[in-house]
Amino acid sequence: MKRFLEKAVRWLLTASGFVTSIVILLIIGFLFTEGAGLFREPVIEEGYVLALNSENPVRELNAAEIKAVFDEDVTNWKELGGADMPISTFRLEDADEHFSEEQLGAQYENAGALISGLVAANPGMVAFVPESMIPEDSGLNFIKDSSISPGEVFGGSEWFPTATPAPLFGMLPLLLGTLWVSLFAILFALPFGISIAVYMSEVASPRIRNFLKPVIELLNGIPSVVYGFFGLIVIVPMLQRVFGLPVGESGLAGSLVLAIMALPTIVTVAEDAMRNCPRTLREASLALGATKWQTIYKVVIPSSMSGIASGVVLGIGRAVGETMAVLMVTGNAAVMPHSILEPLRTIPATIAAELGEAPAGGAHYQSLFLLGVILFFITFLINLCVEFISARNKAKYN
Amino acid sequence: MSGNPKYPAGYSLRKRRSQKAAFAIFRILSLFIVAVLFAILGFIIVKGAGVLSWDFLTKAPEDGMTAGGIFPAIVGTLLLMLGSAVVAFPVGIMSGIYMNEYASKGWVVKFIRLMTNNLSGVPSIVFGLFGMALFVKYLGFGDSILAGSLTLGLLSLPLVIRTTEEALKDIPDGIREGSLALGATKLQTIWKVVLPMAMPRVITGLILSLGRVSGETAPILFTCAAYFFPQLPTSILDQCMALPYHLYVISTSGTDIEAQQPIAYGTALVLIIIVLVINLLAGLLRKYFENRLKMK
Repeated sequence: MKRFLEKAVRWLLTASGFVTSIVILLIIGFLFTEGAGLFREPVIEEGYVLALNSENPVRELNAAEIKAVFDEDVTNWKELGGADMPISTFRLEDADEHFSEEQLGAQYENAGALISGLVAANPGMVAFVPESMIPEDSGLNFIKDSSISPGEVFGGSEWFPTATPAPLFGMLPLLLGTLWVSLFAILFALPFGISIAVYMSEVASPRIRNFLKPVIELLNGIPSVVYGFFGLIVIVPMLQRVFGLPVGESGLAGSLVLAIMALPTIVTVAEDAMRNCPRTLREASLALGATKWQTIYKVVIPSSMSGIASGVVLGIGRAVGETMAVLMVTGNAAVMPHSILEPLRTIPATIAAELGEAPAGGAHYQSLFLLGVILFFITFLINLCVEFISARNKAKYN
Repeated sequence: MSGNPKYPAGYSLRKRRSQKAAFAIFRILSLFIVAVLFAILGFIIVKGAGVLSWDFLTKAPEDGMTAGGIFPAIVGTLLLMLGSAVVAFPVGIMSGIYMNEYASKGWVVKFIRLMTNNLSGVPSIVFGLFGMALFVKYLGFGDSILAGSLTLGLLSLPLVIRTTEEALKDIPDGIREGSLALGATKLQTIWKVVLPMAMPRVITGLILSLGRVSGETAPILFTCAAYFFPQLPTSILDQCMALPYHLYVISTSGTDIEAQQPIAYGTALVLIIIVLVINLLAGLLRKYFENRLKMK
C-alpha cells in the first residue's frame, strides 16, 4: 500500500512537471492552426465575386489594387494594365441608386439579373456582389481569386483588416511599430537600469539598498493598466505641450511608459549578475591600487556583462509583449511609423483592440492569431538568447 | 596621512574626481526612479482618495458607468484570483517538487526548465489568444470565470513553479538524508520534513503571484471580462467584471469621459492598494519567517 502510494505520487508529480511543456505545445498548436488558416482564405471576401464586363481584358488584381479601385484612388483601367477606360464601381448597397424597389423585387430576387445587365452594359464597371446572385449564363468575366499570399502579409505596408471587398493584412507597420516603441523604451531604460544596478550592488549602503529593493519590486508589481492610465492622464498631455503635437498619444509616450515598466527587469537581473561577480576578482583589482570606481568599470561590469545583457534582452522581451499600457497611450494608428512623435501601433495592441470585433474563424480573426504567432516567436527567440547567454556564462566560471 | 579611509593616500585627484562624479550620477539616477514611483503612487493616491468611500466600494456602477461604485469589479477580481490559485497552486507546487526532488539532473530538467522559462516570457496577450481559442471556443466554456481563471492560472504557473523550486533548493541535503536515515520513505521525507520547512518561502511566492494575477488585463479581455455586469456572478460559467478591465474601459471609452474620470482614479487606487497590501504582506511574512528560523 505504502509502495503504491509512493509510486502514485511520483507519477503525479512527474505529470505536473511536464505541464508547462504541454502548455507551450498547446499554445503553438492552437495559435498556428488558427494563424496559418489566413493563407487559405481568399483575397476577396468569402462568397463574393468581382464581376467585370466581358470586354474588359483585366483578369487579375491583388488586394491592394482592389482596395485602390474601390476607394477610387485608381480611376482608369489603363493604370492596372487594361484598356484606356474609366473605372466605375458597383456595390450591392448601391443597388437602389440604379434600380427601383419594384424592379429589384421584394426579396431582391431580380437583383442578380439586373446587376449582370448593368455590368454587361458598362464596359468599365466592376461589381462586388455575392457569387450566388449572378446567374450562370450572365456572360460576365470574374477577377480570378487566389488565397492570401504570405508575401503580401509579411511584406505589405497597409493594415486594413476590415476593408471590403478585399481586406489588407500588411503586417509591416505593426512589426515596425512594435520594434520602434521597444527600442526607444530600452534606450531610455538602459542608462537608468545599469546605473541603479551598479548603485545597488556596489555603491549603496545596505540601508539604502534595503530601501531601493522594494521600490523596484513595487514598480514591477504595479499593473500595466495603471501605468497606461497614468500615461494617458499625465505623460500624454505633457508630451503634447512640450513638443507642440496635434495629439499627445504617440510612440514616444509608449516608449516612456514601457521604459518604466522594463526597468525592474533590467535592474534585478543586472544587479544579480554584479553581486555574483567573484570577490577575488574585486580584491585583486583593489590590491593593484585601482579605485573602487575603476574596479567597477574595468572588472565588475566586464565580468558580469553576460548577466547585464540577459537583463537587457529580458527587458526588450517585456517591452515587446506589453499590451494594455501601450494600447492606451500610443494612439494606435496602423501606419508605417515615420517619427516617434506620431501615433503608431504595436502587435499586442492590435490584437487587444481588434479581436473583440473580428468574427470568429474569418480572415481578420486568423490574421490576429498570426500576429500572436509572430509575437510568441519573438519572445521565444529572446528567451533562447537569454538561455544561451547564461549557459555560456556558467561554462566560463566553472 | 589622509583622514579619509575611502581614498588611500596614493590616489590622484583626477581619479578621486571621476569616482565622485560617477557615483553622484548613479545616486541621482536612482533617486530619480524613486521619485517616479512616488509620483505615480502619489498622483493616484491623492486623486483617488477623495473618491474612495463605503458606497464606492459596495455599490454597482450606475447611469452608464458615470456614477455608483465598483463592487462587482472587486468581487470579480477576487474570484479570478481565487480561481487562478485553484488552477496554478497545486500543479505549480507539484511541478516544483518534481523538479527539485525527483527529476534526475539531466536533460529532462534542463528541458522542463527551458519550457518553464519560455512560458514565463510569453506575453500576456498571447495567453489571452490561447485562452480564447482553447477554453472559450474549443472546450466551449464561453466567456466565463472558468475560462478566465484557467488562462490566468496558466499565466502564473511559471512563477509558482520557480518559487517552489527555489524554496526547496535552499533546504540543505543533510536534512533530507537525516530523515531518510531514520527510515522514512522519500514521500514521507518530503511531506513531513522538506515541505514544512520550505512552506514560508513558497507561501510568499504564492502571494506575489496572486498580486500579478490581480492586475492582468490582456488575458481576460476575451476570456472572461464583462464591460457591464452589475449583478454578481452566480456560477463559474458567468462572465464577471474585473478591476483592471474596468479601469481600461472607463478611462478610454464611454459616454461621458469627464464624469467617468473620478471613478477611474478610484479604481486605479483600489488596484494600487491591492498591490501594496500584497507586497507588504509578502514582505512581512518573509521577515516573520526569517526571524522564526533565526530563533530556532
